Amino acid sequence: MTTHDLLKTTREPLVRVAGLTVDFGSVRAVDGLSFTLEAGGALAVVGESGSGKSASAYALLGLHRGTGARVGGTVEVAGTDVNAADDAGLRALRGAKAAMVFQDPLSSLDPYYPVGDQIAEVHRVHHRVSRKAARARAVEVLDRVGIPDAARRSRLRPHEFSGGMRQRALIAMALACEPQLIVADEPTTALDVTVQAQILDLLHTLRQETGMGLLLVTHDVGVAAESVDDVLVMRDGREVERGPVARVLGSPREAYTKELLAAVPRVETRRVVPVPSPRAEEASVPLLEAVGLRREFGRGNGKVAAVGGVSLTVHAGRTLGIVGESGSGKTTLGRMLVRLLDPTAGRLRYGGTEIGSLSEKELRPFRRELQMVFQDPVASLNPRRSVGESVADPLRAAGEGDEGRIRDRVGALLERVGLDPAHFERYPHEFSGGQRQRIGIARALAAEPKVIVCDEPVSALDVTTQAQVVALLAELQRELGIGLVFIAHDLAVVRQVSDRVAVMRGGLIVEQGSADEVYGDPRDPYTKQLLAAVPALDPGLAAARRAARKELAAA
Amino acid sequence: MTGFLVRRLGGAVLVLFALTAILYGIFYVAPGDVAQIACGPRCSPAQVAQVTEQLRLNDPLYVQYGHFLQGIVAGRDFSTGTGVEHCSAPCLGVSYQSDQQVTQLILAKLPVTGSLVIGAFAGWLLLGVGTGVLSAWRRGRLTERVLTWLTLAGAATPVFVIGLLLIIVFCSTLQWLPAPSYVPFAEDPEQWAWGLLLPWVSLALIESAKYARLTRSAMLETLAEDHVRTFRAYGVGERAIIGRHALRGAVAPVIALSALDFGTMFGGAVLTESLFGIPGIGRELVHAVKVVDLPVVVGMVLVTGFFVVLANALADVLYALADRRVVLS
Repeated sequence: MTTHDLLKTTREPLVRVAGLTVDFGSVRAVDGLSFTLEAGGALAVVGESGSGKSASAYALLGLHRGTGARVGGTVEVAGTDVNAADDAGLRALRGAKAAMVFQDPLSSLDPYYPVGDQIAEVHRVHHRVSRKAARARAVEVLDRVGIPDAARRSRLRPHEFSGGMRQRALIAMALACEPQLIVADEPTTALDVTVQAQILDLLHTLRQETGMGLLLVTHDVGVAAESVDDVLVMRDGREVERGPVARVLGSPREAYTKELLAAVPRVETRRVVPVPSPRAEEASVPLLEAVGLRREFGRGNGKVAAVGGVSLTVHAGRTLGIVGESGSGKTTLGRMLVRLLDPTAGRLRYGGTEIGSLSEKELRPFRRELQMVFQDPVASLNPRRSVGESVADPLRAAGEGDEGRIRDRVGALLERVGLDPAHFERYPHEFSGGQRQRIGIARALAAEPKVIVCDEPVSALDVTTQAQVVALLAELQRELGIGLVFIAHDLAVVRQVSDRVAVMRGGLIVEQGSADEVYGDPRDPYTKQLLAAVPALDPGLAAARRAARKELAAA
Repeated sequence: MTGFLVRRLGGAVLVLFALTAILYGIFYVAPGDVAQIACGPRCSPAQVAQVTEQLRLNDPLYVQYGHFLQGIVAGRDFSTGTGVEHCSAPCLGVSYQSDQQVTQLILAKLPVTGSLVIGAFAGWLLLGVGTGVLSAWRRGRLTERVLTWLTLAGAATPVFVIGLLLIIVFCSTLQWLPAPSYVPFAEDPEQWAWGLLLPWVSLALIESAKYARLTRSAMLETLAEDHVRTFRAYGVGERAIIGRHALRGAVAPVIALSALDFGTMFGGAVLTESLFGIPGIGRELVHAVKVVDLPVVVGMVLVTGFFVVLANALADVLYALADRRVVLS
């Protein structure tokens, strides 16, 4: 390296993007984006789905090459002109100078090879070292990202890792060649909140210690506030606002940024929608009551209790929030409450009838009154049937045979959830995520239920859409007096919608009480841990929470 | 693993028993007087009656079937008209036509068909998977289009057309090869290989088309997966991505199809055997069906079924070895 080169690399920013455009066919995903990132700096690109944030990140490593997407503008990363570089030049950049951490840690690793071998393979692409030395390097970086017993674990395959460990392994892969830049595309979206906090803390520490730059792509403003110096808000492929994180999140200038921030559910915020006080008899007699509800899966030695004895009540016009991390048994519990799953033990009373042990035939009259809204609005609607037909299913199941009446009723339902009744004949793929979830809600309403169990109803949606769906549920509840069970992993969303909250862990409720009690004065250490892990929107508060997490971890 | 194999083989035995029972049923109601056929067209009614007695064809179906099962487990005796012949377990009965023991007959034919199937199997795996990998690698280019065209042509051509073409070109016109024939391996390994070369090649050409299509689509599927994107994003070259990561994902469906083909080929390579004059199981089976030689048919179907079941159990084990996420249970 000559003195001239040296001067150039020290002066040039680590990343320089100017007038970047990415086109997929006739769709312009990124439309004239420009920004720079200094060596060692951290920038978050924040936006909702379809804003072009991931497409921009991919362009940094030239990952659009060979996919049919057209890329324009200039992208320079660590001295490499990405759009002009040949394939060999691009390979020399990827992994060695700039490394990418992908979103889904399970699918982003090869299922057939041990994790250590995969990291070693990447290391050997960029360094002429022996297999043994590369393996040793893999163990070193796995240890570095906090995987306990790294030498042994490096011989395991991805499916033998937990979600958090897989994400750590991906970060270890990124570290393997000591890059100057890490591009992280939604690195914590698939993770539980406590694990997310650990990963963000890890990225933070690594940055401090290695001095590498970070470009973080996320839909979650809270995640950005925790991790970066600067924020770039994107919408429709363009920059909306860019600046230091405290300024952009603290006093946003643009209307869209304000709207986005307002839609982010905050764990500090109490339930916003006022609920009329229910009549005395409604409050005293629960609609649905579970006592010692238990569900086991498997046989013999493989038997696992997904829910290990849970008692709760659901009242008309009220919302019970159930919050917990993956594997806590909250979905199993939700499905038992509407008898989609049979309880192994325990009692389930609905309106004075014991329904926990009823046969399918005896249960039929109760089916329509107990409905469910599912997480994935794409997967829970049949793609080959029109949405009107899907919404009409519960009506037909209830014995309605008159086509005219069905159409009228479906039209009214679609209108009720904020859709155009004329959309009866349309198919699910023609709707956005939020609209599809509205269709799911309309279908649940069709049977005129008394209780609706919503299993992660908004976790697949953008924050602005999330807020709309949550508002719709509250409105319907107020009008129709439905008892809601709201299952979610997002503590802030649960607080927004719930009167009472139950915190689940390992198939048991560890804490239950009014929303204000549980959030304002948590008793159980696990609840405290969960609340400390929630990303804060204010960078100052984020730093305080990070310190609190360290304390909790040390205790 | 051992438990899995034991359960799997137990299931296989049940399947094979069901198979024999069904075959007995079918042949019992099939038209034609078995004794008349066995005895020959010039037999007098008295002789036919004697044969009927000898073959115990007057016994009810379940008694005959019971005898058959007894033979497999413990062996049984047959009257040959002049004396008694013992057929030791596993006895699959005696041919109505040739008075040969079916077990001996199959044991004589098995190495012939085995030689044909194993060689062809290796050929079509190499050719098919190789072509599939190449066309996935060169997707969208001329190489792929040519290969696609060739494999489609291969899949659409009957074996006797390819076989005849090969014989005409290599044996008659060019005279590079001797006419196909079967020489036992133990007798002369070189002659064995030369004699089977054309049957191997023609079977492999036809079967490989399927494998090429399957490998190609499985590879393309894997190439679109997230973990392949990861390795691309880390600068891993296309050759390593194809060879290490994408091919690994294509292994499972290839194993599944191989198991089915390998097993069925033992009884199903009739056309190839007939065309090339190879005295294997397939040819013998067709003959036996024609002359309603029940013991031979049942025995051969049983052996074919045995190979199908065995190959599939083996495939499940290979599956679990290839993909550690698979748990045998």
